[in-house]
Amino acid sequence: MEKTTAVRILATLLAPDSGRATVGGFDVAREAHQVRSLIGLTGQYAAVDEMLTGVENLLMIGRLLGLSRGDAKARAGELLERFGLSDAGGRAAKTYSGGMRRRLDLAASLVGRPQVLFLDEPTTGLDPRSRTDLWGVVRGLMADGVTVLLTTQYLEEADQLADDIVVFDHGRVIASGTSDELKATTGAQVLEVRPLDEANLELVAKVVGDVVEAPPESSGGRVVASVSDPEVVPRVVRRLDELGVVASELTLRKSSLDEVFLALTGHRAEDGTTGDDDEEAAA
Amino acid sequence: MTATTAAPAIPRRVGPGATVRQTMTLAWRSLVQIKHNPWELLDLSIQPIMFLLLFTYVFGGAISGSTGDYLQFALPGVLVQNALFYTLSTAIGLNTDITKGVFDRLRSLPIARTAPLSGRIIADTFKQVWAFALLVGFGMVLGFRVTTSVMGLLGALALLVVVALAMSWMSVLIGLKASSPEKVQMIAFSTMMPLTFTSSALVDPKTFPSWLQTWADLNPVTYLADAIRGLMIGGEVAQPALVSLVWAAGFVVVFAPLAIRVFRARG
Repeated sequence: MEKTTAVRILATLLAPDSGRATVGGFDVAREAHQVRSLIGLTGQYAAVDEMLTGVENLLMIGRLLGLSRGDAKARAGELLERFGLSDAGGRAAKTYSGGMRRRLDLAASLVGRPQVLFLDEPTTGLDPRSRTDLWGVVRGLMADGVTVLLTTQYLEEADQLADDIVVFDHGRVIASGTSDELKATTGAQVLEVRPLDEANLELVAKVVGDVVEAPPESSGGRVVASVSDPEVVPRVVRRLDELGVVASELTLRKSSLDEVFLALTGHRAEDGTTGDDDEEAAA
Repeated sequence: MTATTAAPAIPRRVGPGATVRQTMTLAWRSLVQIKHNPWELLDLSIQPIMFLLLFTYVFGGAISGSTGDYLQFALPGVLVQNALFYTLSTAIGLNTDITKGVFDRLRSLPIARTAPLSGRIIADTFKQVWAFALLVGFGMVLGFRVTTSVMGLLGALALLVVVALAMSWMSVLIGLKASSPEKVQMIAFSTMMPLTFTSSALVDPKTFPSWLQTWADLNPVTYLADAIRGLMIGGEVAQPALVSLVWAAGFVVVFAPLAIRVFRARG
């Protein structure tokens, strides 16, 4: 919820209770019109007029932004093409699937070639393929130099897409930085060991626990432990070798952002926010 | 930030020419929907047409002695009833935009703040004219005749549109406040139905019990129906038309500031 509130304030839809925020150097409260000239917005639900066709939806936005009829039509055609909606362009949007509506919504927010694009949970409720497609679109926009501010509850998505990440927990910013910086904050890495014979799981857990000096988690046939000293890996390997336990999988990896979130808050992520590129928000 | 270099080119606000163009674009948007959903107008017109048919052929003989006489009496009233119901379509459209997120999309664009509202009201006025023509045309097929003049007919249309525009302020307020389009429809039905039935729109109130007559004499719909009837088939016009306009002005004075305040609070 707080992510959406932040986006609504930055998109000039909501006045901040206190503090100030700027987008592209313009104050969202005092220079709202200029801010609106720079931004594009795609919300959680597809804000398209269901009674209009895909073409008409984009035509309307183009005309509102001051394009001539011809230019608006050309821009609509271009965007429908880009989002694979050319064939459906003449149909009323109410006949579209959820994924198609989402794409039309995104196309609508790009009609004015915004410098800053707000995407509020654009992948919530999308099937994996549509999500991957959308990630591709976001990467393409970033390559074009568009600043994208994307909110998501999926920390993996943030990890995949974002240059800069801001993590919210219950309305408060609890961490920010690049993905690598965030992962470095906890200083922890993750050791995973899967015994070939699942009967040895308990034994492996004991070995890992002894070496790491903290009780590990064991689930799904493997033992997972947070480690801060890479030295523990050879020690675990030696002990297992002595005991004659064969591991089918033994890895040391960086923490995922989910694990970082857990370490920072003590509970699993239900709300995370990521910012991309160089969006500035002082609220 | 890179954006600041482009700053001088960005206007600070919307000029009057652009405001008009944006309003017309949004009016177009409301009207072009009819192309894809031609029943939308019928949804709102089928009920008055049904009333017109039922009242004329079922009750007409009993009420006025002959169906033809009753049609002549009731059609102006049905026009009033329809126009008042129709003002709620502004609320339904606005509310649909809000619940679907279209309203937020429009408000995030660099357009005049008033354009979404004024565009919709202009479109709804067009729809009012359309529905008026439809009903009068249908009535004439059934045998209704305008006995005054073309000016009288146009005057009736003008008065209806003016009163409907005034009523749209209440509609805007309902549209902004209601939780769903279905709620709006419920509000519309449960207020407009008794209001129009307890007036002179469909039946001469002289046949009402005295307490209901007292109410009918206060009911603004009575004055509007009398004025429209006077303009179309003759009778007193000046006094009921004046009272209707005073009521309309009252509506604007009460509801416009409320609606604008809620509208502003939303953006």
